[in-house]
Amino acid sequence: MAETKEESRIGVFICHCGTNIAGSLSVEDVKEYAKTLDGVVVADDYQYMCSTPGQSKIIDAIKEHNLNGVVVAACSPRLHEPTFRTATEEGGLNKFRFEMANIRDQNSWVHMHDWEGATNKAKDQVLIAVAKARMLEDLQPKSVPVEHAALVLGAGVGGMQAALDLAGAGIKTYLVEKLPTVGGRMSQLDKTFPTLDCSQCILTPKMVDVGRHPNIELRTYTEVEKVEGYIGNFTITLRKKARGVLTPAEALERGIVGGGCNGCGDCSEVCPVIKPNPFEMGMAPRKAIYIYHPQVMPLLYTVDFDSCVKCGLCVEACGPEKRAIDLDSVDTFEEIKVGTCILAIGYDLIPIEEKKEWGYKQFDNVITGLEFERLICASGPTTGHLIRPSDGQTPMKVGFVLCAGSRDNTGGVAKPYCSRFCCMYCLKHAHQIMEKIPGAVPYLFYMDIRAFGKMYEEFYYRIQNEGAKFIRGRVANILEDPITKNLMVYAEDTLLSRPVAMEMDMVVLAAAIQPKPEAEKIRQMFGVSKSQDGWLLEAHPKLNPCGTTTAGIYLAGVCQGPKDVPDTVAQAEGAASAASIPIHTGEVQLEPYFAQCIDSLCAGCGMCVNLCPYGALALVEKDGRTVMEVTEAKCKGCGTCGGFCPGGAIKMQHFTSPQICAQIDAFLLKGEDY
Amino acid sequence: MTDENWNPKIIAIICNWCSYAGADLAGGARIQYPPDVRAIRVMCTGRVDPLFIMKAFQDGADGMLISGCHFGDCHYLEGNYKCAKRMFLVKNLLKNIGLDDKRLRMTFVSASEGGKWGAVMTDVVNTVKELGPSPIKKYQR
Ligand SMILES: Cc1cc2nc3c(=O)[nH]c(=O)nc-3n(C[C@H](O)[C@H](O)[C@H](O)COP(=O)(O)OP(=O)(O)OC[C@H]3O[C@@H](n4cnc5c(N)ncnc54)[C@H](O)[C@@H]3O)c2cc1C
Ligand code: SF4
Ligand code: SF4
Repeated sequence: MAETKEESRIGVFICHCGTNIAGSLSVEDVKEYAKTLDGVVVADDYQYMCSTPGQSKIIDAIKEHNLNGVVVAACSPRLHEPTFRTATEEGGLNKFRFEMANIRDQNSWVHMHDWEGATNKAKDQVLIAVAKARMLEDLQPKSVPVEHAALVLGAGVGGMQAALDLAGAGIKTYLVEKLPTVGGRMSQLDKTFPTLDCSQCILTPKMVDVGRHPNIELRTYTEVEKVEGYIGNFTITLRKKARGVLTPAEALERGIVGGGCNGCGDCSEVCPVIKPNPFEMGMAPRKAIYIYHPQVMPLLYTVDFDSCVKCGLCVEACGPEKRAIDLDSVDTFEEIKVGTCILAIGYDLIPIEEKKEWGYKQFDNVITGLEFERLICASGPTTGHLIRPSDGQTPMKVGFVLCAGSRDNTGGVAKPYCSRFCCMYCLKHAHQIMEKIPGAVPYLFYMDIRAFGKMYEEFYYRIQNEGAKFIRGRVANILEDPITKNLMVYAEDTLLSRPVAMEMDMVVLAAAIQPKPEAEKIRQMFGVSKSQDGWLLEAHPKLNPCGTTTAGIYLAGVCQGPKDVPDTVAQAEGAASAASIPIHTGEVQLEPYFAQCIDSLCAGCGMCVNLCPYGALALVEKDGRTVMEVTEAKCKGCGTCGGFCPGGAIKMQHFTSPQICAQIDAFLLKGEDY
Repeated sequence: MTDENWNPKIIAIICNWCSYAGADLAGGARIQYPPDVRAIRVMCTGRVDPLFIMKAFQDGADGMLISGCHFGDCHYLEGNYKCAKRMFLVKNLLKNIGLDDKRLRMTFVSASEGGKWGAVMTDVVNTVKELGPSPIKKYQR
């Protein structure tokens, strides 16, 4: 069965990784064992194989011993396979003549107290790797051109920053937002900690820029329907939701010269349907034809077809000149081609009402931090007057429940992680109360105040000095006085070790945050994993925080994990830089793990054709026979077809059946039988 | 039935994107588990040909583990479904030739589940140890 006719000349190199490996198993024994293996002509060890001298050992040995295969027993191929492949290539071998034995992450680190067991396992791992190395073949990576365009999904502050950076770097960027306007959560905020600058004021310039930038193709009220392809060549189908309102450009397309929506709002005025405005957290009304707030970008009204009664009053109000409203409009689809994608889809608050003990949605005067932002904001539903929802009175004692559902292991909607920005925004809110309402006192019920950023701790001191009260302890429950609608807050003061009960006029819950519900669908479409806590998973928590395990897909902002605006923007710039590299390079190399049909074995049954999730296979006529043919550009190398073909007619390069069988046999038969 | 010095021979075929990454994560977190399993990396569990499993048992493997991504998380969309379907077939086959089908196991461990990988390893080893050496070994010279 062996495919390689040449005599095997394998070099084995074992890494100590300092004491990471050498401290838990006998590198010496493994090396001596390797020397005894069939086909191995040299075995060596070194403190750090990945270092320059370590790699030189490989390069020199290839030349000196005329090797045709290299095995390194060290860490994970997921970490250093590229390093050692490069060394293999520098030694003059095809870089696919390399195989790795993972004796660190999957051995010395997980069998730290079993010297003998770990050493035996390492020997077997080397044996298995050598078995594969003996059968490796020269392969040529496939180079594909990269589309000179990028997609950014989600136009919060993270997505907008990423799009602006990409566009600034000369890349055509599709910025896709499911809501009718860009801006995300940050546009709902009043001020931002710790500088207290007005959130809208620092955000609107970016909102305007993304609308104006010649390289940005803005698609609001649009969702991703389908994702196909791979790095360099993604084909993405967008669903542009029926908006009912034409832009001036769209109007012109229909021959309405000088028409289209100019944002005057005459339509909204006459619309008879009233709905809560989600931008104002439902605390202000909007019509069935609406904008979220005056600074929306683009300034374009939207018909909510779920509540529209099609009375046509708006069409009339809009008038025969503009003719901007089309109540019969339907969803349309657009296919775009991009080289790389950045996901920046943000977050939601947890449904904090499910933590019944705090009474949200049961008691009028218990609100969330986001509702507070709208109530304190001059452009909000109360023009910036903080009032109690129950009676419109100004609250003088405001309680804050920090870590509401964060750092909480009780299950349900609660989250074990820290939501990271709530400490800081509660401090901000405390300041705003004291600034706006003379004599009002904020009471912060906290576990720890996490003021970790630049100038954050200083901000914390400032708020303490301004007179905010801090009670260290989690709030057990909140009850409402049915007559006054005041709230009794029960907590434990852990500094004084005694229970406290305090009457508040109003309570703000710093509710934990969680991934968007549609994040699950999005990540499956783009092939991104999730962390245990549900956020999108980065390729490496430290060394690749913007990338994902799917080449060409990057992450920015809170969708990857809780972070405040400065961190979101920083990550967005990182993601934009990473996403621009393949585009500017112009081509990417794909690993050539493609399926190949061995025509002589193929019976032309066609069973594989339907198995391939990418439609890479087809039956063709060749020399008077029906055989399967692979379109390499479509094949991603999963091997699903190869694992199935009953005739063994599909060869999966670099993971061939003879190679895998050799690995199995090597371990089980210890080289006796193959 | 098992003698004290017997160490089971178990082969795992695991996918690059989820289970292999999860196994690496277990290492990073220093989660300790028994050292009896030998892993072979493939890009996707879809690659697992039932013949590999039969081959391993024929060679005298005491147990086998196939581990991939969770359903819906496959890097290649649906390779793990296709593999899981085949596993039913192979398990049936094993039963028919007189092997306890508990010797073959398929699990789903994601790249973020280092702890779960450790638990799977421990459990697989314990299960196979309880079952004892593969009866197929008797038929080998
Ligand atoms: C009460 C409160 C106060 C805060 N105060 C501050 C502060 O003072 N300072 C500070 O630094 N941070 C503050 N934050 C944190 C801040 O909101 C976040 O850091 C920031 O908004 C993260 O931006 P983002 O772009 O990652 O996500 P988001 O702002 O959530 O934006 C995500 C965007 O993606 C869109 N989207 C989602 N799903 C899809 C989809 N499927 N398709 C297309 N588009 C989609 C959304 O509609 C949204 O526009 C506060 C947060 C809260 C809750
Ligand atoms: S940021 Fe503060 S309030 Fe929010 S979860 Fe973390 S510790 Fe709790
Ligand atoms: S390996 Fe086979 S099933 Fe997988 S993508 Fe390639 S052709 Fe399709």
